[in-house]
Amino acid sequence: MDSALIPEGADRCSFPKFAIGICIVGAVALWGVYAMFLCWFKGLNQTNMNDYYGFALWIWADLAVIAVGGGAFFTGLLKYIFNVDELKNIINFAVIIGFICYSSALLILAIDIGQPLRGWFIFWHANVHSMLTEVAFCLSCYFAVLTIEFIPNLLENRQANKVPFFRHLAHNMHGVMAIFAATGAFLSFFHQGSLGGVAGVMYGRPFAVREGLLIWPWTFFLFTWSAAAFGPCFTLLVTWITEVVTGKKLVKDNVVHLLAKISGWMITTYIIAKIIDTIYWAYVTAPSLGFKMSHFYTNNSFYGYWILITEIVVCGVIPGILLLNKSTRENSTTRWIAIVLGVIGVCLNRWVMVLQIMAVPVMSFDTWALYVPSWQEVATTVLPVAYGIIFIAITYRYLPVFPQERELNHTKLEQ
Amino acid sequence: MIQDKKEHKFGMVIDLDKCTGCGSCMVSCMSENNIPFKEDESRKKDSITWMRVYKLTNGKSFPDIQIAYLPRPCQHCSGKGGHGHSPCVSVCPATATDYGYDTGIVSQIYTRCFGCRYCMGACPYHARYFNWWDPEWPAGQEKYLSPNVSPRMRGVVEKCSLCYHRYQAARDKAYYEGRDDIEESEYQTACTTACPAGAIVFGDLNDPSHMVHQIVKPDPHPDPMNKYVVDKSRNPKVFRLLERLGTNTKIYYLSEREWVRKAGDNYLDGEWDKVKNHHGSSSK
Ligand code: SF4
Ligand code: SF4
Repeated sequence: MDSALIPEGADRCSFPKFAIGICIVGAVALWGVYAMFLCWFKGLNQTNMNDYYGFALWIWADLAVIAVGGGAFFTGLLKYIFNVDELKNIINFAVIIGFICYSSALLILAIDIGQPLRGWFIFWHANVHSMLTEVAFCLSCYFAVLTIEFIPNLLENRQANKVPFFRHLAHNMHGVMAIFAATGAFLSFFHQGSLGGVAGVMYGRPFAVREGLLIWPWTFFLFTWSAAAFGPCFTLLVTWITEVVTGKKLVKDNVVHLLAKISGWMITTYIIAKIIDTIYWAYVTAPSLGFKMSHFYTNNSFYGYWILITEIVVCGVIPGILLLNKSTRENSTTRWIAIVLGVIGVCLNRWVMVLQIMAVPVMSFDTWALYVPSWQEVATTVLPVAYGIIFIAITYRYLPVFPQERELNHTKLEQ
Repeated sequence: MIQDKKEHKFGMVIDLDKCTGCGSCMVSCMSENNIPFKEDESRKKDSITWMRVYKLTNGKSFPDIQIAYLPRPCQHCSGKGGHGHSPCVSVCPATATDYGYDTGIVSQIYTRCFGCRYCMGACPYHARYFNWWDPEWPAGQEKYLSPNVSPRMRGVVEKCSLCYHRYQAARDKAYYEGRDDIEESEYQTACTTACPAGAIVFGDLNDPSHMVHQIVKPDPHPDPMNKYVVDKSRNPKVFRLLERLGTNTKIYYLSEREWVRKAGDNYLDGEWDKVKNHHGSSSK
């Protein structure tokens, strides 16, 4: 039915099967859209946030998708600036994942603010001292860059490519992509960092506050670094899920191994920095403000030391080692364990840097605040996931996303 | 034209030994500032209370238990080093909350706030409140709202303004009468005037003739133990909330009781005994 749109030589499931799949995920997306409109029309009273928990599930989801979407800028940087040529086989997909993550992040922000129609005030009345202003500017600009990076792939659709103008445009855009990759990396450095800065500059919150370099707290650098480290893990994870769902090999192992190796180095160096940061904060920063480390991890049922150990050791040190070591990296089971742990780790880090900060009491007579999201919050958080699945399904079906797909699957047929 | 250009630093000192926890300050604040009601006021964590009275105990059991009540308005932080970078002001991306260098008051611009709530996260005193609902009052009460304070819309943050409209009214009156400055008694917040125990003293911390200055005796030099702390009280019975963070609040508290003063901040084991005598204070 839609075969004229499907890339030449590519094997895709039948249209009815595809449509049914889209409808199922679409139903979940609709549920999220319904909740989104409830929040817009009835207000944020639809959530379980309160004056203690002004930042909650959404902001975590926002930080998490931006962190895992970091695979796009980092892979782009490696491919176009450091000329790691093998990565050309995964860069399209990394860009698509980044595009989904960043568009989701912008959507979440639009739902999260109390006065969505005033969202533009952040640009118009910008306070240059605020980390959130830096986030807003760099995030929007980077989203524009990602869109530009995505366009050539879009124009490579079989029908679009028949139009000479589109064909030439796509070709020429590929030629200048290094400029956009460099711009993207620059912008990402700042918005990933300033998202970390959002927490680090809150000097009224001893759990969050960090010393730093000039105006940037250490969390600024840790966030950028962790996004570059764990972003590629997410790219690999989604690639793997796509391979499982489509039943095809889409990217050659050497490409996967290379990206996993780079990720391993980044994770290991990041986690060393994170451990140093944690020790310094626990033994110098927090005590200088009158807080023992135990204050932040005891006295309540949820936020225990387990969260710190899981984030740093189980989901940081272990994936780092597994990906650095050649044999565990090239063994698919241990590699996937490392990749899944890594993705969980970076998401957990963002959780801690949003929700635990809100939960910890600061005044000596205040109490811990715990929070459980409402269904509307859950539905709107699931919405980007459903949207992402639909977006990937459509782009995979109609665009030549994976340059090695044909080769890999022909060989399989011939064997 | 504004005549009154002098640099003020409005603040309070609240005597916690006088406060009985009656809540008059909370009620007067709500009616003065047109605070709306929720249908269900039992969920306190999303109720708007610009002034909130906390209950403190010394943690002991009968007969040694003691209780203190601590009224907490916005602390009007001057920020690290007293430069006006309050925890909340410095983070607001839309400049919707601002530090008044002429008054020391942290203002909130409701029509500019777009409800990102970053300021709420940054404030360790929980002094900021979000309008989760459309503002509503029991039928007929809209007729009795104060015409000097604009009600707020859903989706924005609000907080104590130190009854800024009363300052404006006092200035207008002074201007009309051809005076350059206002008297101490001309600008007093609603909570100060409502407190039956006279626990709240409000005025200009910069003006030695004001009672608040005389009680607090703000130190003109930075704290030698923490360069971020300025205007520390030289009265051994006076303290501020979370002073060590360097927020430099302008709401001071007074108590004869050592455990109450200690509750104002966080201390590591044994630290309090070393710092409690700082500035010559020593008391039981
Ligand atoms: S008490 Fe909170 S809201 Fe008030 S100035 Fe300080 S940080 Fe801002
Ligand atoms: S909620 Fe309003 S006042 Fe607070 S930081 Fe956001 S825009 Fe600024």
